[in-house]
Amino acid sequence: MTRKDRMSGNQAAAEAIRQINPDVIAAFPITPSTEIPQYVSSFKADGLIDTEFIAVESEHSAMSACIGASAAGVRAMTATSSAGMALMYEMLYVAASDRLPIVLAAVNRALTGPININADHSDSMGARDAGLIQLYSENAQEAYDNLLMANRIAENPDVMLPIMVCQDGFITSHGIENIIIEDDAKVKDFIGEYRPEKYLLNPSESLAVGPYSVSPYVIEMKRAAHEAMKNARQAVADVSADFARVFGREYGFFEEYRMDDAEYAVLVMSSAAGTCKDAVDELRAAGIKAGLVKLRMFRPFPADELADALKGLKALAIMDRSDGFSGTGAPLNAEVRAALYGKADVKTAGYIYGLGGRDIKVDDFKDIFGELADLAAGKELPYCRYIGVRE
Amino acid sequence: MSEKENLMKGIDERSPWRDITAGGFVYGSGNSEYFNTGDWRTRTPVWKPEHCRQCLLCFPVCPDSSIPVSEGKRGDFDFGHCKGCAICAKVCPFGAIDIVAGTESAEKGGEEA
Amino acid sequence: MIEIRWHGRGGQGAKTAALLLADVGFSAGLFVQGFPEYGPERMGAPITAYNRLSKDEIRVHSNIYEPDMVVVVDETLLKTVDVAAGLKTGGKVLVNSSRDPAEVLAGFGALNGEVYAIDAVDIAVRTIGKPMPNSPLLSAAIRLSGIMGKDEAIAAMQGAFTEKFASKPEVVGGNMKAVSEAWSAVLKIN
Repeated sequence: MTRKDRMSGNQAAAEAIRQINPDVIAAFPITPSTEIPQYVSSFKADGLIDTEFIAVESEHSAMSACIGASAAGVRAMTATSSAGMALMYEMLYVAASDRLPIVLAAVNRALTGPININADHSDSMGARDAGLIQLYSENAQEAYDNLLMANRIAENPDVMLPIMVCQDGFITSHGIENIIIEDDAKVKDFIGEYRPEKYLLNPSESLAVGPYSVSPYVIEMKRAAHEAMKNARQAVADVSADFARVFGREYGFFEEYRMDDAEYAVLVMSSAAGTCKDAVDELRAAGIKAGLVKLRMFRPFPADELADALKGLKALAIMDRSDGFSGTGAPLNAEVRAALYGKADVKTAGYIYGLGGRDIKVDDFKDIFGELADLAAGKELPYCRYIGVRE
Repeated sequence: MSEKENLMKGIDERSPWRDITAGGFVYGSGNSEYFNTGDWRTRTPVWKPEHCRQCLLCFPVCPDSSIPVSEGKRGDFDFGHCKGCAICAKVCPFGAIDIVAGTESAEKGGEEA
Repeated sequence: MIEIRWHGRGGQGAKTAALLLADVGFSAGLFVQGFPEYGPERMGAPITAYNRLSKDEIRVHSNIYEPDMVVVVDETLLKTVDVAAGLKTGGKVLVNSSRDPAEVLAGFGALNGEVYAIDAVDIAVRTIGKPMPNSPLLSAAIRLSGIMGKDEAIAAMQGAFTEKFASKPEVVGGNMKAVSEAWSAVLKIN
């Protein structure tokens, strides 16, 4: 039965995994995602799932084991964060290249160094070119919902790519919030069975996975994965529409909050979007036409749709929770600017915020909206700059 | 050589990207049979049946499975795949395999393949 | 929306208390948040934890800078931490202390709010058998928050403890005595 509950984002992810009941989970603990495999191993011990839980010796092995399991023909999942994800990077590329629909519950944490355990997006941004679909979640509910959709998106025959569902470390992974947990049977029905076309443990067909590719094949394989990532757009749209039909919660490539007549907007991902919504409401009450675009889908990147949603704005703030160290702007900023180029003449200001868990407040967003008004009025603002930093 | 179906037939270095299998999966097993390596050879083993005692020490060391064995006895080399490494000649205790320069048997192997 | 900030020391259970308060608020039908400010695990280091309780959906994900209420789990923090920082006008501070009200008040500068005290350690020792001030402080905090009446609060805490201590149900009784006693023991001291 559908139930109202309260739990942390990690518990919510674990609940999703319990309901998905994947065939294999291979994981290695790392803060702040440790609780996810911990809860899942309890479910296993309590007989609530029949998942094969593989306690591996590293994240590299976790993704390797998932690759083996997924290639064998079953649903495989893992969870990780930060340095653990970095140790997985090599195998993330392999998972994507092998076109295996592995689901990764990611809990975003700063990538060392300096050593820090708190939230930022440097870990998943480091994996942005690996070929995984990436969805970002504002709160525990969205982390849960995105995970319920993840398998179907990844397993779409036109896609067949691994997927990463991200939420902010500690801020949502360890905070208790209200959540709606859907009925087990209804979720099972929604997710359905996984029936891969080709798989290693098929006794009637032999198969080799992950062979060496000489140069005459590599670019063709990348081109095919490129197409699969493009196809993921439709898969995300379709599965999200079906999710809305079954469970009533709607998800697009991004959420537009009070954008109808907005003049100034902030574009941000994950937990900070909720904080920004409060700022938007306060500014709206004061007569300022503020709005928010919360990007849910970073890979594939919905460039055309974003350009369409953002055109007509007087000014836009693009918020990155990682640097990227291009020396100019951070990754989200660069991609949004590229999306706008030639399509929408919007003045933008890039901001790098919240690194290593640095808090961002409603007032910070109000300040940013204030700067956007200055920008629209003709004041020069840097292409991208740090906020919340001691000058 | 084999009667099984080559599931990768038609996929080669000229195939457009849409024809390459997803993930570069190789369908079927034993596909190396379909890949002719005999013309890589710069020296060629010559089997001398009159000296061969059928001890079969040569067969397991061949890296390219190019020594066919049937009913406990080896036959002549599979020149469609033999790369001329000469390991067989090295292990033969009876001098039943000579190594000669050139690829003279390559054409014969090519016909077989 | 009611915003509550907890000040404690690593290992004293301020985080657990905040999570339990979220549970209790949830059982009263409220939207809730309960979250600690995380860092390395350091027993004895000052830590903060937070609660938001609201009739409407809570979206903000920042820490709390202008709390309606502050709970001080360890009064020695009054010397080093400005626990009342940002307290809303008319807000409440609840201090766990066995000392004289005047001594407790001396730990504060000028305040635009009310200060309450409870000897939560004493209650805990007598009821639970250990100096664990969480449960009595939770009870007192719920009372001061005004989110629910005594009967509903006691029932909600019973539910929260039963779930939290599922593996050691023998401790639920002591904790229930503690919260019941604490409900009446909290005193305004300014």
